[in-house]
Order: sequence, then C-alpha cells, then structure tokens
Amino acid sequence: MNTSIRRFFYGDIPGQESAGTPVPQGPKNDWPLWEVFIRSKQGLDHKHVGSLHAADAQMAIENARDVYTRRQEGISIWVVKSQNIHASRPEEAGELYDPAADKIYRHPTFYDLPDAISHM
Amino acid sequence: MSVHDLEKHFQDKIDQETKIEPLDWMPEAYRKTNIRQISQHAHSEIVGMLPEGNWISRAPSLKRKAILLAKVQDEAGHGLYLYSACETLGITREETINDLHSGRAKYSSIFNYPTLTWADIGAVGWLVDGAAIMNQVMLTRTSYGPYARAMVRICKEESFHQRQGFESLLVLSKGSPEQKAMCQDAINRWWWPALMMFGPRDTESTNSDQSMKWKIKRKTNDELRQQFVDMCVEQVKLLGMTLPDPHLKWNTDRNHYDFGEIDWNEFWQVVKGNGPCNKERLQARKQAWEEGAWVREAAAAHATKKQKRAAAYAA
Repeated sequence: MNTSIRRFFYGDIPGQESAGTPVPQGPKNDWPLWEVFIRSKQGLDHKHVGSLHAADAQMAIENARDVYTRRQEGISIWVVKSQNIHASRPEEAGELYDPAADKIYRHPTFYDLPDAISHM
Repeated sequence: MSVHDLEKHFQDKIDQETKIEPLDWMPEAYRKTNIRQISQHAHSEIVGMLPEGNWISRAPSLKRKAILLAKVQDEAGHGLYLYSACETLGITREETINDLHSGRAKYSSIFNYPTLTWADIGAVGWLVDGAAIMNQVMLTRTSYGPYARAMVRICKEESFHQRQGFESLLVLSKGSPEQKAMCQDAINRWWWPALMMFGPRDTESTNSDQSMKWKIKRKTNDELRQQFVDMCVEQVKLLGMTLPDPHLKWNTDRNHYDFGEIDWNEFWQVVKGNGPCNKERLQARKQAWEEGAWVREAAAAHATKKQKRAAAYAA
C-alpha cells in the first residue's frame, strides 16, 4: 500500500501561521476532527477518550454520546476541535521534565520523622 | 540525532515496553505497517456489520433483535475507534475509506461468507468474534499507544458479542431437531473460515518477524490459532455439537489439540476477491458511501450557515 503521510493531529498540526508542512485542503464537506473528553461521574475530571469527525460542535457531542457512552460511561461530554489542541514536543521532554527528577525533597517521604509523630 | 540513533532509541523504547505515541519519532515502516493493520482492522469492523445486518429484521424475537442491533452498533463504534487511532498516524479518514473502496486496503476475509440461517448469527458471535477476541486481547498490549487504547475499549465490549452468540447457539442446541440441525450446520460452515482468520501459517506469513520485533504483534498466527482450537474443542461439548474436523485429537506431548489442515487454496481465493460475497460487500459499502454523500454535504452546509449566523449576531 502506497501511503502518503502528510499531517499529524494531536496538537502539532502545522497551522497557516506556522512554518511546518502545509495542511492539504480537503473537499469543502470534509468534517473536522474533534477530540472527545468524558466525565465518567460527578466529581471526576473529564478524560480524553478518543476522537471523531463531525460538522459542528453539537453534532460532535451527539456522536460522542452514541460512540463513547453506550454503556453509561459518562455523564458529561467536552469536545474540542483537534486543531485547537497544542502539545509539548517529545523532543523537548528532557528540558521540560528532567529538572524535576533531582528534587526529591518535594516529596513527603524525603523527610525522616520520629515514629511518635502521627497524622503528618 | 542520526537516523541510526533514532532507530536505536526507538527499538530501546519498544524493548523496555514503553508505548509509542503519535508525536514520537518512529521509522516510516512502523508507521506504514500500523496504518495498514489498523485501517484493515477498522474496515473489518465496518464490513462486519453487513452479514449481521442481514438478520436484524429477521431475528426470531424482539429480545434477539435488540441484542443484534446493539451488537451491530458496537461494530460501528469499533470501526470508529480504529479509524481515529489510524488518523493519529497522519492519514486522513477519507484516504483510508478510499483505499477500502478502491480495493487497495483489505478487510477480514471472514465477512465474505454469507449468513444463511439464524444459527449463523450465533456461530458468528461464538466463532468469529471468539477468534477476533484472541487477536484483540493480544493487541491491547501492542506497542502503538492509540491502537492499544482502542483495543482495550473494544475488548470490553466484544466479550458480550461472543457470549450472546454462544448463548444463542445453546438455546438452539436444546431446541427441536430442526433447530439442532441448523445449529450444527452453522458450526460446520463457520469453523474453517474462523480458523483462517488467524492468517497464513507462520512459515508463510510475510509481515510477522518485523511486527513481532516492534511488538505490534506479540503472538504468531499459529500460536493464536492453536489457542483458539484448544478453547473451542472444550466449548463445543457444552453445546452437544461437534466441530467438522476428523483430525481433532488431544496430543499429550504438545499439550494441545492436533487439528486438520486448512484449505489454503480457499483461503487465498477469498483473500484475492473470489469468496462468495466479496463483490457484494464492497458494493454495499460503496453504495452506502455514495448515497450518504448528500447527508455529509448538508450537515457541512448547515454548520457553515449556523457559524455565519452566530458571527453576524455577534457583530
């Protein structure tokens, strides 16, 4: 299969203003891609569950209802156009996250306290 | 980093069981293999709705009809999870669907067999979904993150599919002589095609080695097939039915059942498009796509109109 790889979703879609590969313009009726987030029960965060295509936000929510909550998996749905998600780059993971690695004093277990102390 | 370093780093991650995510660097061949496999899997879910859809209006009771409707709706959902996972690799939905319609992309050959009687719906659930589950359970641990997550979701739902199929056959197996005969006939017709679902023998399988190294697959075709045979031989006893293979025999040395040879000629014929329903299935998909075009256009036009109205209202 001769597959052409052109664009990436999940936050690094090279937009009009960015210098990346241009996004090919699909036909006019090409529905945009939406990311779906579901709150599984009251009191919990919305969590990313997947994506789908829909003409607009309302349709995206309705389709997400049919696809991601058929077995009572959710009580609230967020949808956001995938092109509006910005993501950190894996290549920058070192600069971004390594500095946290040597700061073990940020964790409560770093401190030795007498056993006599409880509830701390 | 040079390509060689990137490749080494990539393989190290795989070896350490770190999942690969959409933005991570990956070899082009890994990307393409995943696109091929995930899209093929997605197409199978979608085409798989056709043989079952045939029986929605013919189900013997309202209960069975509701169950079958729910199952077919699940298959549509599974197709969508997989298409979405596939898109994270940089191919558009439209391209994947065009590849199905042009015949460039394949779907599971099993759906090129017809569902002739109601018992076939039970046999499809038990044997076809059962065989699919063996493969899918393995794929919940596949190395590409979005694919693995889609498979976890699918496996949770798929178990109902297999259970309803077996239960439906169980009812038939306790019914009238005609119902029993229908049950056995369906098993006879679906058994070999179900074994073919695991693909060519390991010695003939072209993509296997690299896929194992990249942990896209974690078990070989023959391993999965053997696991499936061992399971079914026990389960069919509970139905009081038999599997249509005179060579099935427990092998004490291997601790597995021996089984007869698959008709590989039939296998390749169906793969190449000469199965009983290949043309009909593809035709049905194309027709659905073409006849749905006005809906896609209308929804897009409606969305644009609403957007313009909202903009005018805000101004």
